[in-house]
Amino acid sequence: MARISKEERKTTIISAALKLFSERGFYITTIPDIAQKVGMSVGNFYNYFSSKDILAKELVIYISNYLGDNIREINEEDIHVSEKIYKIVSMYFDVANDRPEMIEYFLRVYLSNREVFGDGCEGMICVSPFVTEMMIFFDDGVSKDELHNQDFFSAFGLFMGYLGGMVFLFGEKILPQPLDDYKESISTNIYNALKAR
Amino acid sequence: MITKNLSQQTYTMPSKQDKKPKLLWIQGHSCNGNSHSFLNLPNLENLIDNFEVIYHPILNSTHSYQEVTKCKLNCDILIFEGTFDYNLKRADISVYEVLKHYTQDAKMVVAVGSCASFGGIFKEISPESCCGLVFDKDKLTPPLIEQKGKVINLSGCPVHPKWLGFVLTAFLNEIKIYLDEQLRPVELYSSLAHHGCSRNEYFEWKVDSKNFGLKEGCLYYEQGCRAPMTHSSCNKILWNETSSKTRVGTPCFGCTEPDFPRKNLFTTQTNMSIPQEVPVGVSKRSYLTMAGIAKTFHIKRLEGKLIDYKTTD
Repeated sequence: MARISKEERKTTIISAALKLFSERGFYITTIPDIAQKVGMSVGNFYNYFSSKDILAKELVIYISNYLGDNIREINEEDIHVSEKIYKIVSMYFDVANDRPEMIEYFLRVYLSNREVFGDGCEGMICVSPFVTEMMIFFDDGVSKDELHNQDFFSAFGLFMGYLGGMVFLFGEKILPQPLDDYKESISTNIYNALKAR
Repeated sequence: MITKNLSQQTYTMPSKQDKKPKLLWIQGHSCNGNSHSFLNLPNLENLIDNFEVIYHPILNSTHSYQEVTKCKLNCDILIFEGTFDYNLKRADISVYEVLKHYTQDAKMVVAVGSCASFGGIFKEISPESCCGLVFDKDKLTPPLIEQKGKVINLSGCPVHPKWLGFVLTAFLNEIKIYLDEQLRPVELYSSLAHHGCSRNEYFEWKVDSKNFGLKEGCLYYEQGCRAPMTHSSCNKILWNETSSKTRVGTPCFGCTEPDFPRKNLFTTQTNMSIPQEVPVGVSKRSYLTMAGIAKTFHIKRLEGKLIDYKTTD
């Protein structure tokens, strides 16, 4: 039987922790809970993450890298900005469907427990890969005259706030249709709001 | 002969019996800015004494411009100031004819200022007929394209007097001058105007300057400063041995680059608040990553007037 590498084991912990934190909440979930979920001793767990706070920050970086890598691939495609918007929306909703714990963690833990992330994870530090790719997306759209030149945060808030809101409604089981059904209309709405005038 | 340090802008002093090299300074369309700038060279008198100045529009010369235009003389070093224009005549003689004649025997041709180097501001009066000696903006062009091996561009609006002093000193001492792709001496133009800027700490922490003339803040984010994208040594070899544009709170206009002049010199062009251009050699993705993180932090000392910041309670 192949030996599991330390990196693979770390990924297993991250997946388990994401699920537990997003299901039970950050403060209720304990390190013994996570260790038990992945089948390791609490002592061994500390070989991977030295505290719950550090694990919490690593999870944000993990999600940010995951989203950033996916958006980077879209950014590097030679397609119109409206198609890029559709692909970003689709990717985000697919993650919400397939790995809901990632978006749940971001919305329910990262954004709701700022005291945990104040030291060493403030501002852009832990979410830099994701936000940087969104900056590249907007910059490229404006330079190609496909997007309206405006304040970054006005556009960023409209885009990501909209997606976050929809995923929240989805998580609360309020949406009458599956998330997939909203990809087209939401992409169109975002494009219409941001397109060059 | 007495040899001194080149970096201190001194040079090998020719003895009296040495024949002085002949220097000729002619002009295209020009504001005389480079001629005037050259007058600020601290050791101008000593340096120029090593040349026989055939003609210069301001300095004492051995000949008049009318005599120069007869094309019966020759020179060792030809300095050209201003935008070249095929249609321009001076003293009823085409400047092109004068330029061609004196370039033949010259060992070195120096295009002083951005107009002579790339076309510059005066190219705007007649874009079709005006250009630099070897470059039209960043494209190779006649009239001296065939002689480009002897041409040195000293771009700038105007040229820094010490940059010209450096070239003349090297010429006197027969020191090889290495050039970049735009024929500018790498010794003078490989660094950026950003290097040595007294505002670099504000650039590092992404603290904007909110107006001109302030001592605090970086001028790159809002005020149009192009120092991180501009090859020059303005903040290493100071102007009047004292200061620079950015040090006194005026943005660098990128006047040493082929695309000078641009429009909206006092405004940073942005795409959704993101600078259109980032420092030379830095990818936008890398820059945005670094900038975003730096902006996260608030350095109280850098947010107000420096003289108001109290280091003790």
